[in-house]
Order: sequence, then C-alpha cells, then structure tokens
Amino acid sequence: MSAEHSSITSPKEHTSARPQQSLSSQIQNATGLDPACCYQCGKCSAGCPMANEMDLKTHQIIRLLQLDLDERLLASEAIWMCLTCETCTTRCPNQFDPAAVIDALREAALKKVPGRVPKRISAFHSAFLDQIRMHGRVFEFGLVASYKLRGGPLFADVESVPSMLSRGKLTFTPKKIEGIKALRRIFEQCATEKSK
Amino acid sequence: MNIGYFPGCSLHATAREYAESLTAIAAALDIKLDEIKDWACCGATSAHSTNHMLSVALPARTLMLAEKQNLGRVLAPCAACYNRLASARQAIAKDKEIAGRIQAILGQSFENSVQVLSIAQLLSEMTGEIRDKCKRPLRNLKVACYYGCLLVRPPEICQFDDPESPSSLENIVKAAGATPVQWDMALECCGGGFSLSRTASVVRLSRSILQSARKAGAQAIVVACPMCHSNLDFRQGAINMRDNAPEPMPILFLSQLVGLGLGLDPARLGLSRHFVSPQPVLNFINAVKLQAEDREHA
Repeated sequence: MSAEHSSITSPKEHTSARPQQSLSSQIQNATGLDPACCYQCGKCSAGCPMANEMDLKTHQIIRLLQLDLDERLLASEAIWMCLTCETCTTRCPNQFDPAAVIDALREAALKKVPGRVPKRISAFHSAFLDQIRMHGRVFEFGLVASYKLRGGPLFADVESVPSMLSRGKLTFTPKKIEGIKALRRIFEQCATEKSK
Repeated sequence: MNIGYFPGCSLHATAREYAESLTAIAAALDIKLDEIKDWACCGATSAHSTNHMLSVALPARTLMLAEKQNLGRVLAPCAACYNRLASARQAIAKDKEIAGRIQAILGQSFENSVQVLSIAQLLSEMTGEIRDKCKRPLRNLKVACYYGCLLVRPPEICQFDDPESPSSLENIVKAAGATPVQWDMALECCGGGFSLSRTASVVRLSRSILQSARKAGAQAIVVACPMCHSNLDFRQGAINMRDNAPEPMPILFLSQLVGLGLGLDPARLGLSRHFVSPQPVLNFINAVKLQAEDREHA
C-alpha cells in the first residue's frame, strides 16, 4: 500500500501537523507481516470460534487494514472479540498471521481510541496486569476484586466464593516475588517502548 | 529425569489439583520437577493484547532465570503459559532486534537457550514408562481428549503433533489404559480468557464442547490447561442448567487421568477439588477392580 493511497483514504492525515504513518505500515512494522499478503480467501473467518459475535469477520478486519480504513476498523469491537486461539494463524494458506495482526491492532487502538475498548475487557486487562505489577504473579482473589471495582459485573460469581474456598482454590493473602522491583522496571520500560 | 518447572499462577491457586496430580505422577515416573526460582506470570492474554514487548519480556525474564538455574528444558503444564513462553522464545530467536531490546529491558545477558515443553510433549516421551507402570484400572473408560486451542497450535510455535488432527493426548491416555473416543471438538476454543469479561461467550463455546463429548459417548473429558478446565468444570453448572440438566461430565486434568492409570491414590490427585464430581469415574474404576477380583477368585 503506497503512502499516497493511504493519504487519500484517510483524510485526517491532510490536517495533521506532521505526516503520520498509515495504520497498515504501522502494523507491518510492528509485526513484520505485510497485510497485502492476504488474498481474502476467508478461511480465517470460517474457522473463527467468535465469528458470529463479531461485526467484522477476521478477513474483513484485514481487508480494512489493507485499505487503511482506520476509522471503520478501530470503531469496531471485533478486534477485542478475538480469543487468540490461533486457529486463523494455523490455517492461513498464505502464512499470514491474523492473530498477531489483531494483537498489534489492539495495541494501536489502545493508543488511538482507548474509549472504544469494550469496558469489561479493558477492565479485565487492567486488573490482570495490575496484579502482575503488584505481586509478580496473579493473585486471583485480588484480580476478581479489582476487575469488579474497575467496572466488571459486581455480583457475578459471588455465589461461588464459598465453594471456591471449600475446594482450597482461593487464598486471601498475595505473595510477592523477590524480584518485584526488577519486574516493575520491565513494566516501565515496556510502557515507554515505541512500536518497532 | 530432571526437568525445569514453570507452574504458572493458576497451578498455585484455582488449578492446584493440576499441580498436585502432576507432582504425584512425576514422582511415580521418576521425573524431578525443578521449579524456576522466583518465576513471574507469563503475562497471558492481557499482556499480548495490549503490549507486545511486555508479552515477550515477561516470559523472557522467567526463561532467563531458568537459564541461570542451568535448566535445559522447562515444563509449562498450562497450555496458555506454554504458548506465551514458547512464543516469546521464538520471537527472540527469530528477530535480532527484539533480542537486543529484550536484553536491554532485562538488563542482563541472556542466551535464550531454554527449551519449553507442554505436558503433552513431556508425557509423549514417557508413554513407555506409563504403559509399564500402568495398573490397568481404567480399562474401557471412554474419554474425550481435549487439546483446546494452544496445546499443539500454532505449528510454528509448537513444532509438535498435527495441528488439525493431533494424536499425542490419545496416545498418552491409551498408555494410561483408558479408551479415547473420536469426537469433533478436540481443538475448538473453550472461550479461554473471557471467563470473567465475556462469560456468555464462554458458556456458548464450552457448551458445544460438552455436547460433542457426550454425543461421542465420553465418560470424562481430559484437558491440559487450567483455563479449559475452569471453563468446562466451574462453568458447567450454568451450562447444564440451560441444557435441561443432562448428566454432569467430569473434567480431568491429563495428569489426574495418568495418575489414576498408574494406580495412585485419588486423594493425592486433587480430585475432590473439582466442581463436577469425578465420582462416576472413580465408581467405574472400582467396578473394574471388583470384576478383576471376581475373575481371580473364579
């Protein structure tokens, strides 16, 4: 996809102060995968377990990326419905890796349009990563509590707490790893790392 | 045999029966599990969905610690952790720039020499020993071997078994004396990490897995991932209610099934920690035992 073409399809770039990289080249740089490789056979969407819950199917996500139709692509929740089961990646007849591209798109969407990430999914990821940052490992009771506080469904699964406890599956005291400081530095550095 | 061990967060908490049963069969099979000291979470879906570098750096730190401990190979019994560790290893191996950035982020040199194994890979190497030590209590127990999405896929990462028509779990289960059934959903996703954030999707996906196993005549489903287990076991109550409460389907970790095959005490395999009681499987074993005793007396 030429830069010229992408400036036609995304009018925003005319008004921006400095020329921006098109989404397709940004994703290509991040993943090493050329979106033009996809010839739209649709095999990825045919095998996708989440396809019937997605407003854009996997091959349509890739098509919009090829055309640099960023707005339509990033306005859709479809990229957040992907479970990364890697069925698409396993079956792609042209060795493209839709699962890796969707990951890169999610990372880009978080920067460009953070408000469009489905609330519960965003709450879960934040709560999960906070657990690792705090303790180095996921302390499941803390994860659930933090997820609910961040906007997860407040009363879901509450009734299962006693049965979790009786099965010895829940603890109330998190354990911190020894190298927690070094681990937090990894988080800091990865937060400031620019995409490749 | 000595092997490095990365339990991952679930095996210390909601899937502790996986750790218990793994420890029990390791002892029976003369495998010494050497836990990586001070390992951290692999980052799971939340890291790879939001920050690629973090999703490589977190497993890389753990692999670096394993390297320092001189562990040539590391077992990651959780299929999702296995996928993250093996993916990170490959990302570093195939891209020098990423390798350089990861070294800079870790602040330490790192050879990326540690091989990551799934439980299917490790136990596939041990089918001879399992067969030799098998006490045959599972004869004719029909089980559906559930690989889920990440145990043998994607092939570039796993480089093991067939990604569309795998047989490693069936071979292990046969060595342990049980009978694998043919079914349709062995590789379909259970809904994985959406257990809390999109429970309805998990119910939809896990329900069709349970239905398929039932239709194939399975008496239990064998899994190798704590998330698969939680979605099929913990969420099964809610799923079965929608299906007019059919017979509950016990969900066993692969290590529990192998443990039963080796004749280990069920109490050491953490079987009482499941939400769906595995009692029908234990009853079946007892019936097989009684039949064998009767034959001896006859």
